[in-house]
Amino acid sequence: MNLLAHDASILTHDNQIRSSIEPDQILAVETRSLRKVYGRFVSVADLSIDVRHGEVFGFLGPNGAGKTTSIKMLMGLVRPTSGSARLLGKPLGDRSAKRRIGFLPELFRFHDWLSGVEFLDLHGKLYGMSTSERRRRIPEVLELVGLAGRGDQPLRSYSKGMQQRAGFAQALLNDPQIVFLDEPTSALDPVGRRDVRDIIRQLRNEGRTVFLNSHLLSEVESVCDRVAIINHGQVAAVGPMHELLRRDLTVEFRLGSWSEAVKDTLLSFGSLEELRHVATTTIAGVNVSDDETVGRIVDALVAIGVPVYGVTPHSLTLEDLFFEVVSRQDRRDERNAH
Amino acid sequence: MTTLLIARLTFDEALRRKLIWAVLFLSAVFLGLYAFGFQILRDDIVRFDDQRAGRPNADLPYEIQASAMVLLGLYTVNFLAGIMTIFASVGAIASEIEAGTLHAIIPKPLSRWEIIAGKYLGFFAMIAVYLMLMVGGVAFIARFIGKYTPPNLIQGLALMILVSAILLSLTMLGSTIFSTMANGVVVFMLYGMAVTGGLVEQIGTALDNDTMVRIGVVSSVLLPSDAMWKLASYVVQPTVAVNTIGPNPLGTAAPPSDFAVRYALFYCATLVLTSMLVFRRRDI
Repeated sequence: MNLLAHDASILTHDNQIRSSIEPDQILAVETRSLRKVYGRFVSVADLSIDVRHGEVFGFLGPNGAGKTTSIKMLMGLVRPTSGSARLLGKPLGDRSAKRRIGFLPELFRFHDWLSGVEFLDLHGKLYGMSTSERRRRIPEVLELVGLAGRGDQPLRSYSKGMQQRAGFAQALLNDPQIVFLDEPTSALDPVGRRDVRDIIRQLRNEGRTVFLNSHLLSEVESVCDRVAIINHGQVAAVGPMHELLRRDLTVEFRLGSWSEAVKDTLLSFGSLEELRHVATTTIAGVNVSDDETVGRIVDALVAIGVPVYGVTPHSLTLEDLFFEVVSRQDRRDERNAH
Repeated sequence: MTTLLIARLTFDEALRRKLIWAVLFLSAVFLGLYAFGFQILRDDIVRFDDQRAGRPNADLPYEIQASAMVLLGLYTVNFLAGIMTIFASVGAIASEIEAGTLHAIIPKPLSRWEIIAGKYLGFFAMIAVYLMLMVGGVAFIARFIGKYTPPNLIQGLALMILVSAILLSLTMLGSTIFSTMANGVVVFMLYGMAVTGGLVEQIGTALDNDTMVRIGVVSSVLLPSDAMWKLASYVVQPTVAVNTIGPNPLGTAAPPSDFAVRYALFYCATLVLTSMLVFRRRDI
């Protein structure tokens, strides 16, 4: 009995702590060991990610990595086999959370006999928006996605790109705190893609969270604050974009002379990745941890009298990183399999 | 609220299907022919009353002939309504999953059972309206062309709506489990089984064959639609007609009991609840 009372007091205490947390300290998306198995096929093995409020989070991975299944679990379309997830601090399926979430599915078809406005009105009603809210918001989102003036046409007459924009408008209709976009630019031409990037940036400026699932690395690279790279249904790498890309910064020094002393100086700052002698100059690639080191290397080289003709940083592109992470994990999986 | 929204959407969407308009067109053609047929029957009686002596049905009162005519009309309406119910709702959930329409609806602040309830209501409303119009049409023709008013028409209409509701419950449940195509096959097989089972039971009753009667009973437990039609056909005939015509493929002299009606209602409720439970767990 005492024990029970003790437990109860802990619970109350815990609840008090929870409720005293500011809303912006609660994660926008939080998954813990989320797993989905179809028969014997493991679609998502073990997904644990945190998405903070107000960030654009890129969800990357090769085809079949389990990205869409992961989003479907978060959207309540697919039941997780195990694990848990919270959206806006609420467990999956919570109505108050669903009301503040927008979702643009990858494969979708809308009731195409409806006009753009009727379609948005229907989805506004599904969100539980009042008549006045819908009347105010529908022209706004049509404008935002570039469909202003086309709202009275039936969706059937829309081009693929326009339908995608209509889907986007649907996802933004309820002024969502988090917007989930599953391959939002797959049906769009270059202009449409740029528009989507602009909208994503605007959403971030408004303080909204964007969860972007895309296989277009350049797109993710240009708009995302943080990325998770998913492979074989689990997180292979996660972190802020600039940190992930900076992790292996190689700087190329073009030098006027070369000696063992120069080599030792460079080695004291980082590993030597590359060494080429071109005509009278030497090109040495040094792996460094941060920008300050680059400055110190230059100082050290000048101090021992080596002419420095050029310094070129070679940071990874997201594409390099992506292939590196994916192939490294595949190799590890192969080893584990043997 | 959301349920009604989905119901409205389902109703509107159903009316966009060519199939529904094809059924409505056939129904209109049928009513036209039916009116024509009733007119001939009536003429036959009134104008050639004096010549009736040598005819095979000379001793049948007009009431019985008109009642048989009404039964024939309602049987056709019941059949058309059944076909329409199955075709309209065969892909209720399955085809929306296949097309991806539900992908943008399920994440909205609503529960999945509301989608089932809304769709059920939408289809139910469509079929109820259809049956009211058609049964009304048959009754109107009988009244004003045939000068005959069948008894218990409202009760008959309610039972016919129940027939379609049973088929709708089965089709909706199938749609949450199977693909559209597989569901169509399964539901039509069961529908055929129920009709055949009903027939076997009739013949069994006539021949006093217990096995055949039992087959009929089992089939109406699996799908009580035909049993409810038998009851509907029984209530809309005057007693004299039932007694004179006896058991026949369209009607019965031994109607299902009240228990059968309660079972049919229970059957609908159970199937709808089951579809909600199945759909709740279904991966989209």
